[in-house]
Amino acid sequence: MISRAFRGAAPATVVGLGGLLFWELSLLIINPEGFVLPAPSGIIAAFFDNFEEIWVASRNTGFIVITGLVGGVALGVLWALLVSRFRLANETLTPLAISLNAIPIIALAPIFNAWYGLLSPVSNQAIVVILVFFPVFINTTKGLTDVGATEIELMRSYAASSWQVARTVRIPNAMPFFFTALKIASSLAVIGAIVAEYFGGRQDALGPLIVQNAGLTRYTEAWAAVLAGSVMGIVLFVASGIFERVSMPWKPDAETIGA
Amino acid sequence: MTEPDRCAVAISNVSKVFNQGKPNEVHAIEDISLSIGEGTFVSLIGPSGCGKSTLLRLIAALTHPTRGDVGVNDKSADQARLDRDYGMAFQTSGLFKWRSVAENVELPLQLMGWSKTDRKARAAEMLDLVKLDEFGDHYPHELSGGMRQRVAIARALSFRPSLLLMDEPFGALDEMTREHMQTELLDIWNKTGKTIVFVTHSIPEAVFLSQRVIVMSPRPGRIASDIRIDLGERSFETREASAFFEKVTEVREALRFEESQP
Repeated sequence: MISRAFRGAAPATVVGLGGLLFWELSLLIINPEGFVLPAPSGIIAAFFDNFEEIWVASRNTGFIVITGLVGGVALGVLWALLVSRFRLANETLTPLAISLNAIPIIALAPIFNAWYGLLSPVSNQAIVVILVFFPVFINTTKGLTDVGATEIELMRSYAASSWQVARTVRIPNAMPFFFTALKIASSLAVIGAIVAEYFGGRQDALGPLIVQNAGLTRYTEAWAAVLAGSVMGIVLFVASGIFERVSMPWKPDAETIGA
Repeated sequence: MTEPDRCAVAISNVSKVFNQGKPNEVHAIEDISLSIGEGTFVSLIGPSGCGKSTLLRLIAALTHPTRGDVGVNDKSADQARLDRDYGMAFQTSGLFKWRSVAENVELPLQLMGWSKTDRKARAAEMLDLVKLDEFGDHYPHELSGGMRQRVAIARALSFRPSLLLMDEPFGALDEMTREHMQTELLDIWNKTGKTIVFVTHSIPEAVFLSQRVIVMSPRPGRIASDIRIDLGERSFETREASAFFEKVTEVREALRFEESQP
């Protein structure tokens, strides 16, 4: 199992390290001063030089990401359950969800800041919730409703109640759809949180750290903060994958792609 | 024609029209009457779209007749469904991939509120019946097509319904597996004494399995012939016996006659 995991990770590791090496070496030739695009070695050095600051900022941003992700996922799942269960909910809440998604959500950040206060993290959380909600809602709804005719007829032949159908067929059927959404949502949450932080919220977070450093032409430090955001995204993605495997032991390995 | 005492299925003057009054109106079944004695193995055969699956679903109360009555075990088909008087198996096994083989067999029992211990015991018994006792902990994707159908049959029989409704259950299997499954099904039928209504479009399959073959006409489906099959106990030799071929020919002629009608 472990050796197989290593073998599975080997190609990605080679490509990743090769890419970093190419980046490092090509900068030596075309951009020796490293103004706009710093070398990977410089970014990693800056990451550790400023570790204290980046760690505090990451924790603050991480709080926004996690709370927003949990809130958005809960809202998306609840909304999907309602829509797939009640016709009236489907006719009213689905168009509402689609309209919500049609709003350029990031553009709301300054407005939310006005609502909740410029330095309040609530506006950032609200952005993440709305951003995460839609992919979770749309995928989970698909999973809850995309059940084969044979399966439904079978359940009717057992005179199963609609709650029994939901519990034994619809919800398990929606699991892979939900986890696909969770993987998309975890990356979206990090992006949403950092961009929202550009406009307001706590000042000791990754978003402001990137803006301030870039403003002072400290690009290497800005990139080090971006690196922290990337690590956060990867950790959440891998965590979603582990959660998926634990929740769905029936899934053949070959089908589990990505994490 | 001597019928056993009790009727498992009583269909009287049943017609089924889909999308009535709309441009895509379809007369699937027209004025069918049929009674099936308890413990009988009956096959429904006919060309594609003759309404044989619809007839099976009318018995199962998964769809309702436009005219006429369907009775199962001396009650309405709907009541029989609510009383779980029948088990059903389809062409696709309809196993849930997130449940192990044993958990799939336990599903109807779980819905009926059986305790975990009783469920486990019954599932083991049923898997033994279909000769899959060693596969209870496997997941459906680890099984062959024939094995999956056996699980589906075990599931359909798990709560001991008196009637088994089967909609082309072996239609997706290769010929050798199919013949093997037919022998297995007859074995199960002999052991359990269920009434079986079996939809197929394979003539040898219908003849080999059944005591009675109902030949249906093309749409709108009507009963064209009701052919008695009396081949005694089936064995490998049955498939090569001249009496078997005579019955196959008789069914084929009945089907051909019906298809040549306008």
